[in-house]
Amino acid sequence: MKTADIIKNGLIKENPIWVLILGMCPTLATTTSAINGMSMGLATTFVLMMSNIVISLLKSVIPDKVRIPAFIVIIATFVTMVEMVMKAYLPALYDSLGLFISLIVVNCIVLGRAEAFASKNSVGQSALDGIFMGLGFTWALTLLGLVRELLGTGCIFGHSVIGGADGMLMMILPPGGFLALGLLMALINHLRNRSVKKS
Amino acid sequence: MNLLNISGSPHVHSDESTKKIMWRVNLALVPALLVAIAYFGINALLVSLISVAACVLFQWLIEKFILKVPSTIADGSAIVTGLLLAFNVPSTVDMMWIVIIGALVAIGIGKMSFGGLGKNPFNPALVGRVFLLISFPVQMTTWPVVDGIFPMNFDVATGATPLAAFKENSLPESVTLMDAFLGHIGGSLGEISALAILLGACYLLWKKVITWHIPVAFIGTALVFSAILWLVNPEQYMDPVMTIFTGGIMLGACFMATDMVTSPMSKSGQLLFGFGCGLLTIIIRNWGAYPEGVSFAILLMNSVTPLINRWCKPARFAN
Amino acid sequence: MLLSLTAIALVAAAALAALNGVTKEPVAKAQQAKVEQAISAVLPEFASLDDRTVDDHVCHVAFDQSGEFVGAAIEAGNDKGFGGRLQLMVGFNADGQVTGYQILETHETPGLGAKADLWFQQGNKGDIITRKPADGDLKVKKDGGDIDAITGSTITSRAFLDIVNEASAIFSNITI
Repeated sequence: MKTADIIKNGLIKENPIWVLILGMCPTLATTTSAINGMSMGLATTFVLMMSNIVISLLKSVIPDKVRIPAFIVIIATFVTMVEMVMKAYLPALYDSLGLFISLIVVNCIVLGRAEAFASKNSVGQSALDGIFMGLGFTWALTLLGLVRELLGTGCIFGHSVIGGADGMLMMILPPGGFLALGLLMALINHLRNRSVKKS
Repeated sequence: MNLLNISGSPHVHSDESTKKIMWRVNLALVPALLVAIAYFGINALLVSLISVAACVLFQWLIEKFILKVPSTIADGSAIVTGLLLAFNVPSTVDMMWIVIIGALVAIGIGKMSFGGLGKNPFNPALVGRVFLLISFPVQMTTWPVVDGIFPMNFDVATGATPLAAFKENSLPESVTLMDAFLGHIGGSLGEISALAILLGACYLLWKKVITWHIPVAFIGTALVFSAILWLVNPEQYMDPVMTIFTGGIMLGACFMATDMVTSPMSKSGQLLFGFGCGLLTIIIRNWGAYPEGVSFAILLMNSVTPLINRWCKPARFAN
Repeated sequence: MLLSLTAIALVAAAALAALNGVTKEPVAKAQQAKVEQAISAVLPEFASLDDRTVDDHVCHVAFDQSGEFVGAAIEAGNDKGFGGRLQLMVGFNADGQVTGYQILETHETPGLGAKADLWFQQGNKGDIITRKPADGDLKVKKDGGDIDAITGSTITSRAFLDIVNEASAIFSNITI
């Protein structure tokens, strides 16, 4: 597989959120602000990259029968590492993401990429796939967080842009997550369809 | 419709059309609007006009620029949505811009995103209303106090509705049953006068736009259920007659639960639908976080309408 | 099969154990810093602290340079908030007047109950600073008190003031 294809797949063509619709739990739960969405995305990117590398390295060693438990152990190890480091050095961020960091373990994208990509491709390609799938996840979460934060509180990355106004509270509550995700997904897929038709 | 419909006999001719029905509903809402203007003054009129104009405008914009289909604003359904949305918000100055957001949500998300009139599973006006209630909890629960007839000033005093006051364990003694019946109470714009709403509902019943099943089942269930609670403990629960005359039960039962698109088709289904609405309303009022539960109750029952339709299928003709 | 899985698990465990050793200290430090920051935010200036447990609540009793008692910060909470648990650090001076508070744990609705972090601070609408709950429980206006409840969040305000009153009761049980 060509490098350019791997990059394009992760960011747009097979974007985990807008196209594959995987990992909806952190997507809806952590995107109450742009910074939360971005941090969650970057944490997942790290886990994706590291687990893809290790699984790709070990793909010939791990017997087929126990590959899922082996993958899970590897993924869980990296997730726990992220959690420990965040707790030690970024306690404020850890407080706001909390539970959802550990839940990266069960994020379908991570196991999905391990199974569908890393266990079949070279180390370099797997690392690249992990990074760009992760960045695809990250930009989607950041955009969703940005929209929800702006509509819900009138802020962008914590800085107020509409002086003093309160914003629409619902957008930072769970139902607003579903609404914003649905509307953004419609918009992005509309744009994708149009560009496909053109080309 | 110039399509040729082919279906089994018997064919019943009727001059009903969507347009005619919607304009009749609009006409039926006029008495409640007049009462609102009488008690809340110019604010009520402005909020209603802004809401209706915004709903019609958004429908037109979406049909022209997003869906690219012929405009259907002449059928009057956007006006019904606009009026009902305005009826469900307090008539304060803040509402004059907030209601525009409500109109966008009602028309854009509640109605057009499902494909327009006839395809929306939820009552659009209520979708807009609940969005506003959750998004702007402070502004949506700041109620103007009714003070005399036709106040001309914009800055009116605010206070709690009977329901909100009751939730805080202090029903104002000054509120009499007659006040609640005529509309001399605090509340959303169009819900205050039971009399005006019943007048409109009678017109709709007479013109056969709605049938009695949903309103009677809705109000009846609320009455019976709250009566049971009241008999058990009159200290803690509200008087049942007062219960149905305050808040949005009358407006909801007569105009919003009866929405043809989002309520069941068969008579038995409609009775079940009304029963569910009444039950949920009283449950939310007494044990929920909000003092009023009509909009949530109707939306929840809207969501099970397809199931009710399946369960209570009308008997096949000549089976 | 068994061997490879065991090997992976062992390596993973070893890696985590090593990392845990590295992060253990910063984690403890971060938690300590959080508590210290809250204490200094709610108390007047002090020189030394004495942490003790009064009525099952953690109290940080503060003294100045000459060893004089200047006040105490008390950790208290209840489950009466709109979203559940509400946990505060409330500071009192030697007279039992509120000198400050900080929210340690909250699940209140953003934009409504979550406003409690600023609402009751000095100069704001629900100002409780320098109030002395020991002279009479703090109550919202709806319950016959004189504190303005957070707009639209009476439940949160009640829970909050209950905690402040409880903290004051604990404060009065501190023996110097």
